[in-house]
Amino acid sequence: MSEQEAERVPVTVAINGERVSAAVEPRLLLSDFIRRRARRTGTHVGCEHGVCGACTVLVDGEPQRSCLIFAVQADGAEIETVEGLSAPGAPLHPVQQAFHERHGMQCGFCTSGFLMSTVALLRERPHPSDEELIDALSGNLCRCTGYRNIVAAAREAERLLAQEPSDG
Amino acid sequence: MKPAQFDYRAPEQLDELLELLADDLADVRVIAGGQSLVPMMNFRLSAPERLLDLRRIAALERLDVADGELVVGARVTQATLLRRLERDGGWPLLAAGIRQIGHPQIRSRGTVCGSLAHHDPTAELPALAVALDARLLARSAAGRREIAAAEFFVSYYETALEPGELLVEAVFPAQPPGRGWAFAEIARRRGDFALVGVDAHVDRDRGGERIGAARLVLFGVGERPLRLDGAEPLLRGGRPDPERLAALRELVAERAAPVDDAHASGDYRRHAAAQLAARAIEQAWERSRGV
Repeated sequence: MSEQEAERVPVTVAINGERVSAAVEPRLLLSDFIRRRARRTGTHVGCEHGVCGACTVLVDGEPQRSCLIFAVQADGAEIETVEGLSAPGAPLHPVQQAFHERHGMQCGFCTSGFLMSTVALLRERPHPSDEELIDALSGNLCRCTGYRNIVAAAREAERLLAQEPSDG
Repeated sequence: MKPAQFDYRAPEQLDELLELLADDLADVRVIAGGQSLVPMMNFRLSAPERLLDLRRIAALERLDVADGELVVGARVTQATLLRRLERDGGWPLLAAGIRQIGHPQIRSRGTVCGSLAHHDPTAELPALAVALDARLLARSAAGRREIAAAEFFVSYYETALEPGELLVEAVFPAQPPGRGWAFAEIARRRGDFALVGVDAHVDRDRGGERIGAARLVLFGVGERPLRLDGAEPLLRGGRPDPERLAALRELVAERAAPVDDAHASGDYRRHAAAQLAARAIEQAWERSRGV
C-alpha cells in the first residue's frame, strides 16, 4: 500500500470526558492520537515500545501504555490523561500535590506516567502493601530521582486521598 | 508513525474473523492485547499486511469455571484472570505466575491466550500451561481441535497452530486437593522476561509423609517449556531430603540447555535453574498436605 491509498478509520474516544473524533490510519498509535489529534501533550512519549511507561494513560479505568495501543483499538473508550487530574489554575489533584510536596520528580518527563499509574493503583487499592506499590510503579522508568521520592510521594498521595471524601 | 501500514479489520462475529484469517495473505496477524505484537510492529520487526482485532467478538470474553475447569477466552486479559483468581481462589500457581508478568500496564491489556499463542519461551504463561496440563482450543474456518499444552509449544515463537487457526480458549483442569505448588523466577529487573523460571507441583501420597507425585517445568532454558520427566520418578516415594535435592539439581543441570545471550550466560542459567528447581520442590512440599 502506498501512503496515498492508506485507508482511514473513524475513531471516537472520550478524553477526560470530552469526545474527540477523527479519521485515522490504523497504524496511528493512541499516544500520537492523544498528542497530535487531541492536542493533549501532557502524555509524554519516551521509548515508543512499551518499556519506559511515560505514555501511561487510563483506558476504561485501567493503566495502559498508549504507545502499545493503536488508536483504532481504543474506539469507544474512556481515556484519562494527566490533564484530567486538575484544570489549569485549579488546586492540584492529591496525587499531583503529593508528588509536588515530596519532590517525586526532577526533570518531569516521566511524571505524567507515574501520576496516572499512582492514580490507578490508589483507586483499586487505597492502602496498598509495599509489594503492591512497588509493582504498580515498576512499569514506569525515571532516570533522575532514584525512585525513593516517588515512592514517598505515592505514600503521601495515599494519605491525602484517605482524608478526602471523594476518590481520585 | 512508527509501524508500517496495514489493513485493519475488527469483525463482530468469530466466523467472519476466521474467514478473514483463512485469506491467502502473506502475513495476517491476530491482535488482542498487542503487548508483544505492537512493540515488534513499532520496531518494524513485524509488518503484517492485515491485523485482525478480536476486540468486538463477545464470544471470546468467556471466563468461567465449568465442571471444575477454568475456561479462559481469547480476549481475557491477564489482569482480569488474576482478579478473578484472587477473588474466588483456585489455581494458585497460575495466579503466582501471572503476578510476575511484566507490569500492571502490560497485564491490564495483555491476554492469556495471546501470550500462549505468541510463545516467547522465557514467558510465564506457556510454562504454566504445560505445568497445569492446559488444553488449548483452536478454531479455523474448517473446524476446531483441541491441543494439549505439552504438544502446543514447538520452538521459539512457534506453536502447533496452523495458518488460519485461532486460539480461542485455554482450559485449565481442576487441581487436586492438597496439592502443593511453587513458582520461582529470576529476572534482571522486576517485570523483565525471566532469565530462568520454574513451576513445581507436589502431591503427597496416601500416608501424607512422602511425595506421591511431583512435577517440574522449567522455562528460559531452551526453545520451549521443559517438563523435567526425570524429576518425577526421582522424587516419588521420598521426601525432599538433601540427597534427593542434590540429585535433582544434577538432573536439571544435565537436561537444561540454555543459550548464552546479552542477559546471562547459558552456564549461569543452568546453575540458576538447578537451584530454583530444588527450592521450588521444597516449597511445594511444604505447601502440600495429605488428603
